[in-house]
Amino acid sequence: MKRFATVLGLVVAVAAQSASAQTLKAVKDRGMLNCGANGTLAGFGLPDAQGKWTGLDVDFCRALAAAILNDAEKVKFVPLSTKDRFTALQSGEVDVLARNTTWTSSRDTSLGLNFVGVNYYDGQGFMVRMSLKVNSALELNGAAICVQQGTTTELNLADYFGAAKMQLKTVTFATANEAVKAYDAGRCDAYTTDASALYAEKLRVANPNEHVILPEIISKEPLGPVVRHGDDQWFDIVKWTLFAMIDAEELNISSKTLDEALKSNNPEIKRFVGTEGNYGEQLGLSKDWAVRIIKLVGNYGESFERNVGQGSPLKIERGLNKLWNKGGIQYAPPIR
Amino acid sequence: MSSELSAPPRPAQVVFYNDPKVRSVAYQLALCAVVAFLVYGAASNAIENLARAHIASGFGFWNNTAGFDISQTLIKYSARGSTYGRAFWVGLLNTLLVAGVGIFFATIIGFVIGISRLSRNWLLAKVAGGYVEIIRNLPLLLQLLFWYNAVLKALPDIRESIAISGGIFLNNRGLFLPQPIFKSGFGAVEIALLAGIVGAVAFYIWARKRQERTGQQAPMLWVALVLVMGLPLAAVGFTGFPLGFEFPQAGRFNITGGVEILPEFAALLFGLSIYTAAFIAEVVRAGILAVSRGQSEAAYSLGLRPGPTLRLVVVPQAMRVIIPPLTSQYLNLTKNSSLAVAIGYPDLVQVFTGTVLNQTGQAVEVVAVTMFVYLVISLGTSLLMNIYNSRMALAER
Repeated sequence: MKRFATVLGLVVAVAAQSASAQTLKAVKDRGMLNCGANGTLAGFGLPDAQGKWTGLDVDFCRALAAAILNDAEKVKFVPLSTKDRFTALQSGEVDVLARNTTWTSSRDTSLGLNFVGVNYYDGQGFMVRMSLKVNSALELNGAAICVQQGTTTELNLADYFGAAKMQLKTVTFATANEAVKAYDAGRCDAYTTDASALYAEKLRVANPNEHVILPEIISKEPLGPVVRHGDDQWFDIVKWTLFAMIDAEELNISSKTLDEALKSNNPEIKRFVGTEGNYGEQLGLSKDWAVRIIKLVGNYGESFERNVGQGSPLKIERGLNKLWNKGGIQYAPPIR
Repeated sequence: MSSELSAPPRPAQVVFYNDPKVRSVAYQLALCAVVAFLVYGAASNAIENLARAHIASGFGFWNNTAGFDISQTLIKYSARGSTYGRAFWVGLLNTLLVAGVGIFFATIIGFVIGISRLSRNWLLAKVAGGYVEIIRNLPLLLQLLFWYNAVLKALPDIRESIAISGGIFLNNRGLFLPQPIFKSGFGAVEIALLAGIVGAVAFYIWARKRQERTGQQAPMLWVALVLVMGLPLAAVGFTGFPLGFEFPQAGRFNITGGVEILPEFAALLFGLSIYTAAFIAEVVRAGILAVSRGQSEAAYSLGLRPGPTLRLVVVPQAMRVIIPPLTSQYLNLTKNSSLAVAIGYPDLVQVFTGTVLNQTGQAVEVVAVTMFVYLVISLGTSLLMNIYNSRMALAER
């Protein structure tokens, strides 16, 4: 029923919306950013027992709220399933979708949405029981595999098994929770999703030590925040919030070194913190927009380590997500 | 006085816009026009705005490659070789399968429980009462999750399958049965089966006529059994057993071959049948109580035993009360089958409104099609039940 209600909402909202909705003004008037988040994935978006949300995607929304409203807490997180996420964004229920969403051409073009960039370079992997003695995904011929519906994962799986001429029995569930539960109960031989999420889900099965994540990464999954098509100013703000977090790490500006940065004579840093130029105003924000992000949330590296890296239970290596000058591919255009 | 009364009343001369008939027609036309305009306005506005927001619309996706896998397919389907349209039919057939089988079992369980609740046997009546009160008052979604987890947890892992004789395996991946393979010469068996059914029907008609004429009863059940079961078996013997079986084989991960009944299907079927049966039981009980006590007393006084009294006197009259609410229970079961999405059964909502919607992003079209399909299924069921109802209705004399 919720789905039908959302679609009805979509029709009404789409019918009522003007072409370039002023999202920035709406957020400022509301004093609150509506952020579509995951809600069940540790490391990316998950509320704790006290209702405080944490995660890489959650930090991104907080950074956006910090840049606009100067308060990282003024975010209303709307937990969305893979199925409902795009409809919720299209209908205006959320201002931005930061929900480990893979950037693909069809999603970028046919859904009326724009991906702003990549905040996590991921790829699809498999988790199996150690007792099966499987060392490679190519040994999974004939296996039953649990998967969450409405994802690129579902399609990659069929592609990969088709290309390797292997038999496959897919069991599809509406949410990751149910898929993992069924895998844990022995309904499937393997569970597949993005590798980052596999690390998180591995911690949730009954005996994490009896499960192993296979080395193969079978797809490219660039995950990033998404906004509605047609509001270019909002698109720019969300995009540059992401770039600011990455640029800050490159410039060694973190929440701890911010005070030094504010006194710095380095022109790049001066442009970043707003002591030189009017780059914030050009975005429609204040001069110190980037300072707010770093002060209230932190740079990309801090957010990564805190949520999914060594400072978190997931302990995921940064790998591809290292900065471009440190061996990874995270790269942001300069602020100038 | 009398002459005045007998004179035909002269029609009052009213202006046409004060004529109540003209007025009511005009109002209704106006209302229809307003509704039509609103619907048209909303639809055209939505289409225009979808286009402006660059959201794809239309049914162009129908013939695109689906690219995802479905666990239970009644028709041929493959991720790489089939279209979204094909996936729609797979989902629809899965919905119809679970709804059809569910209605069958719910009706049987419901009638048994409903009649048991009126039984003079105290224990039976109380057990039936307890069943109805417990099942009816728990949300269906919880019951489905319970059955699914009960099925998964209670059954052994695939590597410790329970092997039942005859190549049947049971484990938490499902129930695996040998698949019959028809070899040449099987046609004779099919013909024998058909002949058996025709023979049984003919015997039934003949026996009814004879009973009406002479009052003699024929052993209907036995004759029918011999005709329907015996003839094909004899044919199997004569043609040298033209029937083979493909037995399930244990592979490295899974059992392959044979017929597979998924635990998701079993859990959904259990849940829907047991839940709806509780409501049907109450409908049946109400129907039976609606038949006046005098009817069964009259039957007893004619010398009928309790069994035939129930079967021949009470139930046919109760059916007139039972059928309309029974129809709505059937419709409920069909619509409730969409909860399949929670336990991973690939029904229409899971496949089409779930995966297809998400892969194509065309929410408006996909949801509209799904609603239309449920409407057609429900109206179809309703139509069949109304035909049955009019046949069962009291023939007024």
